[in-house]
Amino acid sequence: MELLIFYPLALVSVGLALGVVLNKNPIGSAVCLIGMMLGLAAVFVLLQAHFLAILQILIYAGAIMVLFMFVIMLLNLRDDDKIWKVRERNIWLSSLTGAMMVGVLYKIIDIIAGAEFNAPAKVPDEFGTVEMVGTALFTDFVLPFEVASILLLAAMVGSVVLAKSKVD
Amino acid sequence: MVPLTHYLILSATLFSIGVLGVLVRRNAIVVFMCIEIMLNAVNITLIAFDRYLNQHDGQIFSFMVICVAGAEVSVGLAIVIALFRNKPTVNLDELNLMKW
Repeated sequence: MELLIFYPLALVSVGLALGVVLNKNPIGSAVCLIGMMLGLAAVFVLLQAHFLAILQILIYAGAIMVLFMFVIMLLNLRDDDKIWKVRERNIWLSSLTGAMMVGVLYKIIDIIAGAEFNAPAKVPDEFGTVEMVGTALFTDFVLPFEVASILLLAAMVGSVVLAKSKVD
Repeated sequence: MVPLTHYLILSATLFSIGVLGVLVRRNAIVVFMCIEIMLNAVNITLIAFDRYLNQHDGQIFSFMVICVAGAEVSVGLAIVIALFRNKPTVNLDELNLMKW
């Protein structure tokens, strides 16, 4: 039963991810990426990570993609990629890198498939809820949480300074 | 029940698509989007292992990944805007001022 839900979700996500890469228009890429984020949020729900699914929709499909759309429309990039070509200069290096990476990932999956992970653990009902993740976040992981807030502050200041028109 | 391998294969496929996009595309903003695809692929792996091992450390970790992605996108797009102000293009092959 779960497989019947999982396969369409995975196929839609992979197809939309390919759409991001193959689309000629940056706006089309962004719309495909929003669809892929929503599909992945559904995959997270399937894995009982409800809090992360909501965060995925709010932050990725909401905030980050609005930022992308905003910049694309601000820069008015409609005709930028009309001639869609592969970078000629490093095509061999690119294919070599890609082949090596696919090989490494395949090997990792091969090793993990041999281990005894295929039966999922029994999890409590509140697994992945805001309460459980929040408790872990504010007890065991307080320091990373605070460091993340400093990181976001630094990113905020940095982006304002970078996008400012002229330094006085 | 879905075996863990299926989630890992989905994650590896999405990661490979992201790498393909970064290597092939020349539009800086689309390259950023492909980086987002890669970060998301990693999140799937973390959460799937979490579910199959009955822990929640991986969910915290993917929360941090989302934080870093937000920071990275805001700074990256600010850099794109600053570059665009100097030279009106987002084609990565034309932005080679710092190339040796």
